[in-house]
Amino acid sequence: MRPPAWLAAHLAALRALLVFTVLLGVAYPLTLVAVGRLPGLDAKTDGSLLTVDGRTVGSTLIGQSFTDADGDPVPRYFQSRPSGAGDGYDPTASGASNLGPESVLDTLAVDPQDSTRSLLSQVCARSRAVGLLDGVDGRRPYCTPDGVGAVLAVFHADGLTGRITRVVSVNQTAPATPFVTSWQGVPVELAQPGEDYRAAGGLITPVRGDAPAHPAVPADAVTAGGSGLDPHISPAYAGIQVARVARERGADPAVVRRLVAEHTTGRTLGFMGAPAVNVLTLNLALDRSLPAR
Amino acid sequence: MTTTTAGVIFILSLVVALVVAYRPVGDHLYRVVAGTRQSRVERGVFRLVGVNPAAEQSWGVYARSVLAFSAVSVLFLYAFQRWQDHLWLSLGLDPVVPHGAWNTAVSFVTNTNWQWYAGESTMGHLVQMAGLAVQNFLSAAVGIAVAVALVRGFARSRTGELGNFWVDLVRITLRVLLPVAVLGAVVLMLGGVVQNLSAGTDVTTLTGGGQTIPGGPVAGQEVIKELGTNGGGFYNANSAHPFENPTAWTNWIELFLILLIPFSLPRVFGRMVGQHRQGYAIVAVMAVLALGSVTLTNVFELAGHGTVPQAVGAALEGKEVRFDVSNSATFGAVTTLTSTGAVNSAHDSYTALGGMMTLGNMMLGEVAPGGVGAGLYGLLVLAVITVFVAGLMVGRTPEYLGKKIGSREITFASLYFLVTPALVLIGTAAAFATGNASTALNVGPHGLSEVLYAFTSASNNNGSAFAGITVNTPWWNTALGLCMLLGRFLPIILVLALAGSLARQAPTPASEGTLPTHRPLFVGMVVGVTVILVALTFLPALALGPLAEGR
Repeated sequence: MRPPAWLAAHLAALRALLVFTVLLGVAYPLTLVAVGRLPGLDAKTDGSLLTVDGRTVGSTLIGQSFTDADGDPVPRYFQSRPSGAGDGYDPTASGASNLGPESVLDTLAVDPQDSTRSLLSQVCARSRAVGLLDGVDGRRPYCTPDGVGAVLAVFHADGLTGRITRVVSVNQTAPATPFVTSWQGVPVELAQPGEDYRAAGGLITPVRGDAPAHPAVPADAVTAGGSGLDPHISPAYAGIQVARVARERGADPAVVRRLVAEHTTGRTLGFMGAPAVNVLTLNLALDRSLPAR
Repeated sequence: MTTTTAGVIFILSLVVALVVAYRPVGDHLYRVVAGTRQSRVERGVFRLVGVNPAAEQSWGVYARSVLAFSAVSVLFLYAFQRWQDHLWLSLGLDPVVPHGAWNTAVSFVTNTNWQWYAGESTMGHLVQMAGLAVQNFLSAAVGIAVAVALVRGFARSRTGELGNFWVDLVRITLRVLLPVAVLGAVVLMLGGVVQNLSAGTDVTTLTGGGQTIPGGPVAGQEVIKELGTNGGGFYNANSAHPFENPTAWTNWIELFLILLIPFSLPRVFGRMVGQHRQGYAIVAVMAVLALGSVTLTNVFELAGHGTVPQAVGAALEGKEVRFDVSNSATFGAVTTLTSTGAVNSAHDSYTALGGMMTLGNMMLGEVAPGGVGAGLYGLLVLAVITVFVAGLMVGRTPEYLGKKIGSREITFASLYFLVTPALVLIGTAAAFATGNASTALNVGPHGLSEVLYAFTSASNNNGSAFAGITVNTPWWNTALGLCMLLGRFLPIILVLALAGSLARQAPTPASEGTLPTHRPLFVGMVVGVTVILVALTFLPALALGPLAEGR
């Protein structure tokens, strides 16, 4: 007896799916795994692992944190970019911050554990920290000197218009000093934890300030990448770290600079991508040729 | 060389490569779908599947075959995920939760590859390679098959026959997708994309911390993810992950693979209707829209407006150093112009207007060049609507390629166009009305953009995300799953119905009043109709989201 047409179609579908699953889902990937065992290709298909004295220390393609147990930078190493993967460079949780270009308002809860920093404040804090670590000017536009987003909530008498009644520096709490003392003649207050000044009707106003348009701390030093595992930093970010690393290792900065150049790749074919410094291979080379005192 | 110059050369080199590939790839695709000689392997497959490759199907049978195949695929993929802990290579991971398994099964079968989950912590290697990657091949082949069936509707007359779905599926998979995938996978491996079955390597970092270097059969999945305009990443970070996209040149290869088939299909169209120039007109529409969008996205991202990009000095948040701003923006535009949805940077952190471009690209209906197959049939529907609008202007019965566009045809075309906007706008409204929009990470206009993006991505079968939104809830997984399902199969049914109706007609000889559909005038009109239809539909929603944010 022939099955009805609708059933025949589904049986054909099931058989087709099983055939394809064997072919495309088993034979195809396993063939590629076998191809990947070929000499020369196997190191790459295994993940470009780096081995030092018989110990695997990472992958040339996967960035890592060069921080101590407390999360503070280890100064004898070049530092990687900020990371959005887990607690930083966790390959089991790759990803980005996903915060938008107008993420400027911190959520300051009474319990600091529940507070979340806006992207702007994260950028400002990183810039300040890198500036202090590497002895360069850490100021940036839209940032306060104490390293949070310079953002005011401006209250008007009639909502959006009318005279200004109150101004709050929304990302700063006591004991900080407001980044401006007054705004159009109205004294600026500090934020109280737990208050939502946007919901209360304040106009959220980022303040540019007088920081240089081209900050000394490069852009990649204050932003997280797309994967949270970015193995590279820009040559500019490597450049501002040279003096510190050389000092910590008692080495001539020119020698360190030369090592940086050796681990810098230019644009592929001259136009693809961007010049980049591989932080892990650079740090390994430093440990090899300039061991810390 | 400045960053901008390098970015421009990068785009131009892709254009040149696609121009060179247009004829050979298009001609090969044509031979695959028009040929009737089956290879020994294919004859074996047809015997196993139990279909007669010589039998032709009416549009109804063709559509029922597509639906039956997709329904079985969804059930299979659902069961696969639910039982992954009983299978090999599960890496000790739990079965996927029911609403998540439903969402993912629909997502991969519909060529969407929306991902609510992080691949590395949710899916075992076997589910990835024998479940998800298989659908990457098959959903792509289904898209091409439906496009070819529509073209047959234009090319044939006085017949009810549109080809045989099973033959198209098998031949496209075995003769196009699989060979290119094998080649591409080896190239990606040379760049450093991993391909192993390791559960991960634990290492001790230089400063004494721990790190797990992941493994997986990534290269094989990565290549079909791009070639089939699927977009589902092996890892959460997708093509930003160094193991999926390790270098600037693998980034170029991935972009080329994404664009290769969608931009070559108009050649197939031209050959099948017997006029290459008709194919050139269609590819010109795609190219104009695509180049415009890629350029604007680059301009907005490189300009870096917005408070945070101004503070940083560049729109670099969520972008990798090796790709920098321009190559990331190009990828962002391309992935949303096609139905790919792979990302090499975080769209959520783009400038307001750059992010709007990615959203707008999807709202265009993904026709420039669109997903494999889906782009061509989407654009042909828009061409039908354009011919109709032009016919209204001069007061003549519109015709396209010798086929009259009567009330039946324009009904199918209009319904086709209305499906996705309805899903997007109703879905977004429902998310806010039910309070489910509150899982968005950002507040204000950016939060609206995140919700709007999610529904646009799902309904257009794109799969990329403004990821700052928690979608792993039963409501979100169910709602987006429904959008993906309806956004894929309602248009497919309408396209096949349109094809059936066209194929039945006798050819109408061209007269003086016939609008030539291969001239620049027609190209301009299709571009105009596409942009205006989309603008009228979505401008109010965009005004509340990215336009409000970008000021």
